[in-house]
Amino acid sequence: MAKRIREALPLLPFFALVTIFLIVPTVTVIFSAFFVDGAFSLSRIAALFSETALSALWKSVLLSASTAIIGALLGAVLAWLIVSSPPSSILRRAVISLCSVLAQFGGVALAFAFLATIGLNGVLTIWVQQHFGWNLAGSGWLYSLSGLILVYTYFQIPLMVIVFVPALEGLREQWREAAVSLGASTFQYWRQVAVPLLTPAFLGSVLLLFANAFAAYATAAALVSQGSPIVPLLIRAALTSEVVLGQSGFAYALALEMIVIVAIVMVAYNLLVRRTARWLQ
Amino acid sequence: MRKTTLGGKAFRAVLFVAFGLFFLFPLYAMADFSTRNLIAGGRTLQAWKNLVADEALYAAIVISLLLAVFTVVLMLLILVPTMIWVRLRAPWARGLVEFLCLLPLTIPALVIVVGLRNVYLWVTYFLGESALTLTFVYVVLVLPFAYRAIDAALSAIDLKTLSEAARSLGAGWATTIGRVVVPNIWSGILSAAFISIAVVLGEYTIASLSGYETLQVQIVLIGKSDGPTSVAASLATLVFGFVLLLILALVTRGKRRDTAGADPAVAAPTTATQPGVPT
Repeated sequence: MAKRIREALPLLPFFALVTIFLIVPTVTVIFSAFFVDGAFSLSRIAALFSETALSALWKSVLLSASTAIIGALLGAVLAWLIVSSPPSSILRRAVISLCSVLAQFGGVALAFAFLATIGLNGVLTIWVQQHFGWNLAGSGWLYSLSGLILVYTYFQIPLMVIVFVPALEGLREQWREAAVSLGASTFQYWRQVAVPLLTPAFLGSVLLLFANAFAAYATAAALVSQGSPIVPLLIRAALTSEVVLGQSGFAYALALEMIVIVAIVMVAYNLLVRRTARWLQ
Repeated sequence: MRKTTLGGKAFRAVLFVAFGLFFLFPLYAMADFSTRNLIAGGRTLQAWKNLVADEALYAAIVISLLLAVFTVVLMLLILVPTMIWVRLRAPWARGLVEFLCLLPLTIPALVIVVGLRNVYLWVTYFLGESALTLTFVYVVLVLPFAYRAIDAALSAIDLKTLSEAARSLGAGWATTIGRVVVPNIWSGILSAAFISIAVVLGEYTIASLSGYETLQVQIVLIGKSDGPTSVAASLATLVFGFVLLLILALVTRGKRRDTAGADPAVAAPTTATQPGVPT
């Protein structure tokens, strides 16, 4: 017992930090979603089913799902381009390192990158205006859901490349040779060997991208300064003005909603990854 | 994949250019936009000069850089000994430590900040009202990235033999970790530090919702009145992060080439694909 304690003692700072700054906040959120002033109450959870909250949830799901699918499809194409180019080429190395930087390039900087490109005075906006006479920034669509979809795609594609390249690299050349020597055409190889093998990895990546978009806050917050179309922005509104819907503590319920959805998606993701790992080692 | 026809090559080239335009044009637009003189036309470097001249922005830059340094120091002080200890003396805790380190990937920063209010009431009570108190929660935020980097470096060395050798020569735990193990996992520590710096400099969610004026918070504030300065500051952060990761790639690539034969975990993914794809 004394030995156990001596062994555990050096781990104390780590556990203390993680407990105070990660576990306690998370438990606070879960607890406060159900308890108002120490008494059990479902009023905060009930607020999740108000029209505002449901519409924000629906738009968040729409945004996350569409950018996950667009990002996964385009990212898979880019990953295939990378994997099928010579492994030693500079282009390949450059694209992979660029992707790992760009996947992290969420947040405020990304919002301003798109404002500088297709905002009201954006570089592309002005160029198109001068040459074709169209107004790209018309009606402020960049600040709406469709604008967010475009901007989110910018960090979803590189993330897809990073998680999908290992899966593509796991496809053994021998499997293709075996298929070809049994008389399969390239199309048949892809249709009956490669695609079924890659499907779990692909679906897993879609889930990861979904969670990534669903939890993202900074980009949307920097881009949309008024209104709260999606869940993260509704949380901001609830935090900064305590009287949204006349419900203080509404943020706790919304945060709980976010934990639950992200957790479900990540569990499914881990199940799919485990399935993929069996093949692609 | 094997026979690349001319049409296939052209198709690939077109795809590469399309992706390249989508990803690089916004970056070019930032450079163009931040040097544009919106009022008189032509070019000006005013937005870039504002990075130092604008007092609020300059103060925010200093705060963010300090936060980055403090976060890296605290993260290394806590994480490196913990990870070495669970490998050597407390293997029963290894799974738990890994789980906790990767947990921030599943719990969004937004959720943490919602539940953080009570914790920070205590933190500010003990340490005072300073943006630098964000250090603690930022260490939690960078844990997954730092953990992976250091874990990869620790897996590549024979930790047990090294520490037993040092201990049997009379070194205490502090000397063993500081003078024997750490120099051997230098590349992992470096990448953990650089990734943490990049994360802290780009962090907006927690800082803005806790009401502290870090670089990203200030960028958004300024953006409401002065677009070019915000774009210049964003691009500067980005370039800084990019340079850090570039240095890291160069440093670890040299390292990787040295250990490629010894470390199957690093060597395998690249060699596995080589036979499949001819030039």
